[in-house]
Amino acid sequence: MVPFAGWEMPVQYEGVIQEHRAVRSDCGVFDVSHMGEFEVEGPKAHILLQSLLSNDLEKLEPGGAQYTLLTNERGGIVDDLIVYRLEPGRYLLIVNAANREPDFQWLKEREIPGSDVRDVSDEYALLAVQGPRAIERLGLEDAPAFTFAMAKLHGIECMVNRTGYTGERGVELMVPQEDAEQLWDRVLERGAVPCGLGARDTLRLEVCYPLHGNDIGPDTDAISAGLGWVCALETEFTGADELRRIKEAGPERVLVAFVMQESAVPRQGMMIAGGGEVTSGTHSPMLDRGIGMGYVPAALADPGTELGIDVRGRERRARVVTKPIYKPEEG
Amino acid sequence: MAADESYPDDLRYHREHDWVRIEGDEAVLGITWYAQDALGELVHFEPPEAGSTVAKDSSYGEVESVKAVSEVIAPLSGEVVEVNQTVIDSPETVNEDPYGAGWLIRIRLSDPGEDDNLLDAESYRQLVSDQ
Repeated sequence: MVPFAGWEMPVQYEGVIQEHRAVRSDCGVFDVSHMGEFEVEGPKAHILLQSLLSNDLEKLEPGGAQYTLLTNERGGIVDDLIVYRLEPGRYLLIVNAANREPDFQWLKEREIPGSDVRDVSDEYALLAVQGPRAIERLGLEDAPAFTFAMAKLHGIECMVNRTGYTGERGVELMVPQEDAEQLWDRVLERGAVPCGLGARDTLRLEVCYPLHGNDIGPDTDAISAGLGWVCALETEFTGADELRRIKEAGPERVLVAFVMQESAVPRQGMMIAGGGEVTSGTHSPMLDRGIGMGYVPAALADPGTELGIDVRGRERRARVVTKPIYKPEEG
Repeated sequence: MAADESYPDDLRYHREHDWVRIEGDEAVLGITWYAQDALGELVHFEPPEAGSTVAKDSSYGEVESVKAVSEVIAPLSGEVVEVNQTVIDSPETVNEDPYGAGWLIRIRLSDPGEDDNLLDAESYRQLVSDQ
């Protein structure tokens, strides 16, 4: 067990690589109850969120979910999160555990009359059930990604979200805290392999999902991070002007994905020759090679470009690749 | 498959979780079951070059898993005569067979008698059971 954002959490149960493979080939379950949940409600909730979140909230219908960014005035990323439209005037935000307090403060300070922001994190638990067989093992029907519905799963009332952080099909199940243990047991009975934080990190990195605190943060802007696709630059939100400017000028540094060409495992903080830095690195169980993401000068960002990474004093070759590094098979 | 826990009686041990099998004026070096279990499945071995020298109690290479990297400490001094290519190609061999196919390097001993303060299997077992 390791401390993570104030929670004691397992890095692994039986082994990172084993758990990783279970999610890629069948089904794994992660207890991600550490994540924060906020409810934003009221006749002005929509206006408040549209002014603070980068993606276009107009496109979100009740029953839908959207990946989006909470941005600062510099276009930096306070957090990346998923917003769920529960009702026309009621939203749920699921945010990173480590950012729960700064996010809540950010939203509270900007609240407008007719909007109410509440931190409901302590009321709920969240289990991510992921993998090509996750839906089948849970006995659920197929549904489009980024939708949700209430459902009774093995007698437990859940919010079933078609979202995840692994690149695989699957769901995230939100339940009242007191039902979590029972749900966990039912999911394991259905054959899901328990997975820890270690596999969560290797899985998300293979599909190039950024990790806030590593790859993105308040000092990295959304355009340089390759998240322009979740920024509705034709709308107004915090930092939109700055992001339009960066997009127009072209970013100086870009978050790229790379694969090692020699045996070595890149790690966060390692320097990249020519003025770059690794922000996430690991060994990819699917490629059986070192992989990572990092910021490099724009001139080094094209796929195919060779990079030199300083691995504890030894320069090791890597190559920039098109994201994602690993593409899950269509199920 | 990971091996079952064991600490063979015919080996000598270093308290940094390394083992040595002395064979005349040469010795074979590796990491113990305890070390590989703590690291998890190995994905990389950074070996010394053949012909280089290793010094007792100093690092001669690195072993790395998904979650951590660790230096490997030489229990004895000598010149590297061979590195285990099998482990370079398939680092998980160390998890499967830490005292057999998962050996790391072979050295020619430069200071016979240096092994006096290494641990025997019984003492090493005591050490890991206290951790």
